[in-house]
Amino acid sequence: MMISAQNYGDKMKEYHYTGPVEHKFSPYAFNGGTVLAVAGDDFAIVASDTRLSEGYTIHSRDSPKCYKLTDTTVLGCSGFHGDCLTLTKIIEARLKMYKHSNNKTMTSGAIAAMLSTILYGRRFFPYYVYNIIGGLDEEGRGAVYSFDPVGSYQRDSYKAGGSASAMLQPLLDNQIGFKNMEKVEQLPLSLEKAEQLIKDVFISAAERDVYTGDALKLCIVTKEGIREEIMPLRKD
Amino acid sequence: MKMALLDVCGISDWVKEDTFNPESASVDRVNHFSFAAREPEFAVPIGVDPAEFLKPLTESEDGVEGVRIKLEHGTTTLAFKFQHGVMVAVDSRASSGSYVSTQMFKKVIEINPYLLGTMSGSAADCVYWERVLAKECRIYKLRNKERISVSAASKLLANMVANYRGMGLSMGTMICGWDKKGPGLYYVDEDGLRLSGNMFSTGSGSSYAYGVMDSGFRYDLTVPEAYDLAQRAIFHATHRDAYSGGTVNMYHMKESGWIKVSQEDVGDLYHRFAAEKK
Repeated sequence: MMISAQNYGDKMKEYHYTGPVEHKFSPYAFNGGTVLAVAGDDFAIVASDTRLSEGYTIHSRDSPKCYKLTDTTVLGCSGFHGDCLTLTKIIEARLKMYKHSNNKTMTSGAIAAMLSTILYGRRFFPYYVYNIIGGLDEEGRGAVYSFDPVGSYQRDSYKAGGSASAMLQPLLDNQIGFKNMEKVEQLPLSLEKAEQLIKDVFISAAERDVYTGDALKLCIVTKEGIREEIMPLRKD
Repeated sequence: MKMALLDVCGISDWVKEDTFNPESASVDRVNHFSFAAREPEFAVPIGVDPAEFLKPLTESEDGVEGVRIKLEHGTTTLAFKFQHGVMVAVDSRASSGSYVSTQMFKKVIEINPYLLGTMSGSAADCVYWERVLAKECRIYKLRNKERISVSAASKLLANMVANYRGMGLSMGTMICGWDKKGPGLYYVDEDGLRLSGNMFSTGSGSSYAYGVMDSGFRYDLTVPEAYDLAQRAIFHATHRDAYSGGTVNMYHMKESGWIKVSQEDVGDLYHRFAAEKK
């Protein structure tokens, strides 16, 4: 079958286009990072790595993605850092407004419902943020709420979000949710076991995801308050 | 032109100014200091058609310059009327692209003890608009001292989303209830399509569910037979559709209100049906 040189030449032009190319301004960027939250009977842990990257560059090794909202609630957000900052600013303002109008602090469930409507208010120009809220509910039990960028949410007992979420979530499903295991004793998760599991899981994530690493910050929420812990991870 | 027609009909005096208007969308109208705390506001990117702006970000493989916003989708839901009321059954998988975000998503929203709404398509759209619908139904009940009819509730939802037609909403929902006229079942779409019917199935796995439902359906099914049929239809859809799975949640709408019948994992159902075959 003979292909004429001219036909072939036209095809080459399509693949090696050398004229001017239009680049539109994109309002989004991907800054990486992984967030994880686990709920127990009387505690909740929100953990995130602290690397801030863009493309091949690491902008910062000390940019944690957990934001303390109230004494019983922590928000983890990953995705586009600019939107994370604005979103947390708006949430903090709304929390203050609620406190002034209602003379009480917002509960975790209320914060989750509010965040859902804040995110949906940008349905047509979304906040590029994957949110996970971890905290204690009104009865003192651990609660985790996970969101998609436009506000779909629900309560879980554990959830991973961000760049390494697809690697972490199956491991959590197996170790915390006892999925795909038969005839195992389903013990409730203790605080110590949860902390150790999260550290191990992030060490694995740092191995295989380029956007995750540098350090791990844990925010442990119990009825005594919020305790923070930092552990180093791979810096490469 | 649309505005001129509204003026002539005298509707523009009281129609809400929340329809998308390209001219005014080029000015940033969102007040960044009110945070939509009192009036619901929708922020829109300036100077571009929102649907055109959002499509490459959410739907193409690579997104825009490496940024891909993954929204949660997917599903199989079904509902049918029979002699003892309305059966509603849904799966519980929510996927973002090819990643399964959760296997335990609640796709039936309990609007009030006599009204249920199902969700398929974009999770956030369904949850948000059905929550607004729940609010409107509650306001109706307070103002009129009687429960809203299924017909009116579905009409409210259809009209709300029709305002945002063409902007990229994705929502296929069934509004089921029991009112003065008896059992009611309506299908409402993101285009504002609203259909009354006796049997509907929506979502990526709907064709599989229709096949099973149609072959087993009779109006005079007994209650256990109806439960079994609804469960099997969703199960078979989850078996063949990649975007459906998790658990089968079933509700039964009776004259006294809805009851949640069961929530069974699809894996357990598989073993149960396989054992029955032997």
